[in-house]
Amino acid sequence: MSSTFDTIANIIAETCDIPRESITPESHAINDLGIDSLDFLDIAFAIDKAFGIKLPLEQWTQEVNDGKATTDQYFVLKNLSTRIDELVAAKGA
Amino acid sequence: MRIEYFQLIDRIVDLDLAGGTIRAEATVPTTSTIFEGHFPGYPLMPGVLLVETMAQTSGWLVVAANRFERMPFLAAVKDAKLRSFVTPGQVLAVSAHLLHEGSGYAMTEASIALDGKTVCDAMLTFRVLAFPNAEMAEQMRATAARIALPLGAPADG
Repeated sequence: MSSTFDTIANIIAETCDIPRESITPESHAINDLGIDSLDFLDIAFAIDKAFGIKLPLEQWTQEVNDGKATTDQYFVLKNLSTRIDELVAAKGA
Repeated sequence: MRIEYFQLIDRIVDLDLAGGTIRAEATVPTTSTIFEGHFPGYPLMPGVLLVETMAQTSGWLVVAANRFERMPFLAAVKDAKLRSFVTPGQVLAVSAHLLHEGSGYAMTEASIALDGKTVCDAMLTFRVLAFPNAEMAEQMRATAARIALPLGAPADG
């Protein structure tokens, strides 16, 4: 969990020029860090590459739009880390 | 190149879906109202149209990769470098490589060469969405046929 978080925090810091120390597991990528959807594509690209996965952004967006999920579930970084760990585990299964 | 219609690709030369690459040809017209303004007495292909040419070539690669299920829309242009002037009548060799096909987006690297020398290159991001309507999908297929995009290419290229 911690290494996954560190990896995505470093990606966000580098991609969006956000001070690394301001990025915590509780940070919401959109609401707290101000990352917009276009910038998040760069982050998704880097995460996909780093972990060898494909973040299901469209599915997540649809779930949020349908009221089946909140953005916190996917964009609070500790939750995003968990989702990534799940995707990595599913890939190796 | 139907420059006033923003249809900049004349012909797909090669499509390799397995390798994620495409090559296209585009001839800059010898006359156009665009050259009357850009620039009077010294016609040059506008750099933004070279970027668009790379984007359209990349777009055909993405749309071929997803079997015309979805449409790529240009969202970001990074590290665009316009290295040499391009003038009316020149034949452009355009190529693109699919860097990544994500969920609802794609990234490519593209370049244009003249006589083997790179004249511009960029990294491009596309949002990949459902076709907004059937007419657009149909028009894209018609254009694909005109420029000889191999629609029937198997999945492995």
